[in-house]
Amino acid sequence: MSDVILDTDRKGILTRISDTLWRNPRLTILLLLTPPALWLGVVYLGSLFALLVQSFFSIDEFSGLIIREFTLKTYAELFTPANFDIIVRTVLMASAVTIAAALVSFPIAYYAARYAKGKWKAIFYLGVMLPLWSSYLVKVYSWKLILAKEGILNWLFETLHLSWLLNAYLSLPIIGGNSLSVSWTGTFLVFLYVWLPFMILPIQAALERVPRSMMEASGDLGATPAQSFRHVLLPLALPGVIAGSIFTFSLTLGDYIIPQIVGSSRRFIGQAVYAYQGTAGNIPLAAAFAVVPIVIMGIYLWVAKRKGAFDAL
Amino acid sequence: MHSDRASKGLKIAAGLGLAFMHLPILLIFVYAFTTEDKSYQWPPPGLTLKWFGVTWNRPDVWEALSLSVKVASISTVIALFLGTLCAAAVSRTRFFGREAISLMVILPIALPGIVTGISLRSAFNLADIPFSFWTIVLGHATFCIVVVYNNAVARFRRTSGSLVEASMDLGANSFQTFRYVILPNISTALLAGGMLAFALSFDEVIVTTFTAGQQQTLPIWMLEELVRPRQRPVTNVVAMVVVLVTFLPILGAYYLTRGTDTVAGQGK
Repeated sequence: MSDVILDTDRKGILTRISDTLWRNPRLTILLLLTPPALWLGVVYLGSLFALLVQSFFSIDEFSGLIIREFTLKTYAELFTPANFDIIVRTVLMASAVTIAAALVSFPIAYYAARYAKGKWKAIFYLGVMLPLWSSYLVKVYSWKLILAKEGILNWLFETLHLSWLLNAYLSLPIIGGNSLSVSWTGTFLVFLYVWLPFMILPIQAALERVPRSMMEASGDLGATPAQSFRHVLLPLALPGVIAGSIFTFSLTLGDYIIPQIVGSSRRFIGQAVYAYQGTAGNIPLAAAFAVVPIVIMGIYLWVAKRKGAFDAL
Repeated sequence: MHSDRASKGLKIAAGLGLAFMHLPILLIFVYAFTTEDKSYQWPPPGLTLKWFGVTWNRPDVWEALSLSVKVASISTVIALFLGTLCAAAVSRTRFFGREAISLMVILPIALPGIVTGISLRSAFNLADIPFSFWTIVLGHATFCIVVVYNNAVARFRRTSGSLVEASMDLGANSFQTFRYVILPNISTALLAGGMLAFALSFDEVIVTTFTAGQQQTLPIWMLEELVRPRQRPVTNVVAMVVVLVTFLPILGAYYLTRGTDTVAGQGK
């Protein structure tokens, strides 16, 4: 950098601005923050506020017009059995996906963080990043191909003469269905597949931050590997798991495309929001439905923050 | 746990996990060459290159692609600007409302996409804003900020404050310090953040369905094909090309940031 000629004359206009900024850190912060705060405040928080306002309006049942008056009627509609079922169903699916994702992710993250070296480290890193950044729709589409009746999975079961097993599974209530592509098992698999990298990365980040010496100390103090794992590594990895679960949970709560393409006809929250605002034109009810994931995620984030999950993001 | 060798069970679990993440994508590559055009038959009855030509001559694919590239470029530029400013402010000092700011940045991605989508839609609705190219960009830039922010804030934390002070002591003003000291330090993080923001916007479909009018971005085009298939082989080819195209920047970002101790990943 020796070729950089610095302005030593303290009178230039830029220098004076710069001196003022240096002397007034508060002003600097204010100037730095104004553009992003304005953008997020106006565009994003403003929109959230608009959503909230809409959710307190109601729709006139006869004319189908939105009545712009404060009412809790729309929220009451959420608790009709049909709508409440949608909420329960979505939360259950999100929980199942989150738990499964944590279980599948852990060995991958653990191996990548503590054992993979050199070439394998790179392979594991890219092995998670490539699926993470591949197109969401392409991933969903690939599962449509896999789960289709004439697709590879059915072919595999047939070739292995295990079709009876698949049929027995599909005849189960709730998780089964006419075929995998119209069953909740299918929906679950696609959710799990699509959100998995979002779980692996924070867990891996948390595990990489655990100092090797800490595990050695635990061993030196007489803990068996299983005890060290249970009492040292797992608690330290927990913020990573929680950080990952924020993604898997939230993404599942709000998705409407996966259950539409692979799944039964029974709706999830996302589909309800989409249907009510679209063809039905009932924006107030759609808005009230959209408030549900906000509230759930609000509680979730609050708990996560208390557990220190944001440091692992 | 003390040893440096993983147990067999762990190796198998990790390997199976990786396979689970990659096999479905590889399947797309086979389907792009199938001769069969009515169903998703496996194994493919034959292989052909015919569908590549058919896809090449489809104007709707090209239009969707060009719209996606335009939206992603502009959103990335906006996100780079806002995300860097925010990261600089947050990492520099502790101030009142700092937590609130970082929460506000994370919120668009922490809340389900459908919430962002329906919020923007009700806002456009209340304010009587017609849907256009810019309403799509508005939505995309909002959730892209967090990717840039995450990358930049991690790098700012690692960049020692004494470097900045040394630069000022040597007579540089804030702008020169930014240009010659801070920017070279954070440039790879910004590049990685920018690439990821581009990829995020290029691929976004949920928010876009709420903020787009008649325009079709590439993901919206694909969604249409998934819901109401017109020509399945064309969808297969587009899907394969999209996979290949998104792999390139990821590999690029990886080789660019390799060697630094930062990971270009969004999760970090």
